[in-house]
Amino acid sequence: MSQTISLKSRLSPRRTLIDGAFRFFLYLSIFISLGMIFWIVSSLWNEAGWLLSWDLLTNYPSYDIDNAGFQSPLVGSLWVVGIATLVALPTGLLTALYLEEFAGKGNKFSRLIELNIQNLAGVPAVVFGLIGLAFIVRGFVKWGFTVGSAAAVIAMLMLPVIIIVSREAIRAVPPSYREGALALGATPWQAVWRLVLPSAIPGTATGSILAVSRAIGESAPLLLLGALSFVTFNPTGLDSPFTIMPLTIFKYASDSREEFQILASAGSLILMAVLFILNLIAIILRDIATRKRNV
Amino acid sequence: MGEVKVGHKSVLLSPSPHLSRRLNTQRVARYTMLLATTMSVIVTVGIVASLFPTAVRTMITIGTQIIGISWAPLFEPPEYGILPLFTGTIFIVAIAMLVAVPVGLAAAIFLSDYATFNLRRVVKPILEILAGIPTVVLGLFGLYVVNPLYVEKYWPIGEPLAYSALGAGFVTGILIVPIIASVADDALSAVPRAMREAAYALGATRREVASKVVFNAGLSGVVAALILAFARAFGETTIALMVAGSYPKFTANPGDPMMSLSAFIGFAGIGDAEVGSNAYNTIFLIGAILFLITLIFNIVGNRIIAKYREAYE
Repeated sequence: MSQTISLKSRLSPRRTLIDGAFRFFLYLSIFISLGMIFWIVSSLWNEAGWLLSWDLLTNYPSYDIDNAGFQSPLVGSLWVVGIATLVALPTGLLTALYLEEFAGKGNKFSRLIELNIQNLAGVPAVVFGLIGLAFIVRGFVKWGFTVGSAAAVIAMLMLPVIIIVSREAIRAVPPSYREGALALGATPWQAVWRLVLPSAIPGTATGSILAVSRAIGESAPLLLLGALSFVTFNPTGLDSPFTIMPLTIFKYASDSREEFQILASAGSLILMAVLFILNLIAIILRDIATRKRNV
Repeated sequence: MGEVKVGHKSVLLSPSPHLSRRLNTQRVARYTMLLATTMSVIVTVGIVASLFPTAVRTMITIGTQIIGISWAPLFEPPEYGILPLFTGTIFIVAIAMLVAVPVGLAAAIFLSDYATFNLRRVVKPILEILAGIPTVVLGLFGLYVVNPLYVEKYWPIGEPLAYSALGAGFVTGILIVPIIASVADDALSAVPRAMREAAYALGATRREVASKVVFNAGLSGVVAALILAFARAFGETTIALMVAGSYPKFTANPGDPMMSLSAFIGFAGIGDAEVGSNAYNTIFLIGAILFLITLIFNIVGNRIIAKYREAYE
């Protein structure tokens, strides 16, 4: 004789209701996050979408709205963040390699460095502007308000972020890679250089691109380094005066006349477009990296 | 190197080819890496060395005047009462947390317990794009949209102006939603599967598992997320400067313009402050205060994260 037991329990209507409400609240929060992006972009677009043209990229900043554009700040941002990346990326990568592969876990030295990097990553950006002002613009280096000073400050800002993301990427490389190489007679450095580092590149690249896009949008520290001015020529070298995208937007925004609001919004759209492309590249790279690991 | 006995045969072990050269390369690489590692220490030392001498000197000349309700160091005669900057900062940060905590935590719970793998792959990039919006763009949004269209129109108390702490707080909230979401999601996702399964086996619903079991188990990490987000909002300069304005008003009305600590640095530092001038001295003093407060919050937040990692590994 067989007996059927029903395992289906019935939830009380109250619990079902609360569960549904909770689920709704969670979806709502995601919807709000998405809505914020849409709200911000669409209000910029409504204000300045009609103004977008190639002239905006090739003209220089100006108080004459018909001829105003963003060429020198775009090139300036490229210079500053480009040089900062050239400095911060190798330095950060080597630091990450050292901490993960050579320093030894848990000893005093590596703990101290780790603590230092973590806290450096949390220092408000504007404080990096102060160290730049005290030591690089004036002080020992006396570099003045130049591309070089700005790049040095942005490099300091990027360094802890790059170290943290690179370490994560390096940690994700399976230990068997190293062990295999060592068993074949490679020195630890050879194992790291030829196997660990190449396998960590997609992860590092993703994190570094995000660090670069954060640096491009950074405005506070360079407020203190003389970037808040109309520079109507492109930088020619490390000693050039410069301006950058975010601060040109800031400058236009601080003028209360309607046309400058429009210019500031147009600049924001351009800046967002650049960052969106960078983020997209980073997301695609990460997808490739995780798919590789899962195979 | 040399002969090694294996059973009754002896085997000659010779070093692999070019070993000394390879070891030399390794030595050079090691020193290069060590040099790179010291860079981060140099930066920290640089920050401390640049801030504190000037800050301490300024503090000594100001003395007890610092406890006052009027901050005007660039005027003649200068006034150094720092309280308006603190109330400004606290209002902006508190409003930001009020906006960001519910949304950020809900997003974290959604990611850790509700989203399918594919949904996660869509939602995470959304939060990353939100995190990638430059502060100057957020500031513009606050200045052109939030302040004139909402705060000025609907805020009932006082005379509405172009700048408000309310707008700045709201926009700063948008900035820290992704921070709370991603750090709290890490914490909740680290809660062992077995705990969830045990709760389901006892007949708990998904909400009960997520909000009672997982959330409580991951609570320390959630707290850390809030602390780190708090520190980020505390140090945010551009948004505060653009949306809350640059007038250090000592007021309890969030619809009023206010100035935060970091906004003062941005404001007074623009004008190419000369070494030794009041502007120069005070931005380093405020910088040192900002640095110390965020440092404390970051240390506490990171320590909590390290603790829960240890507990679950």
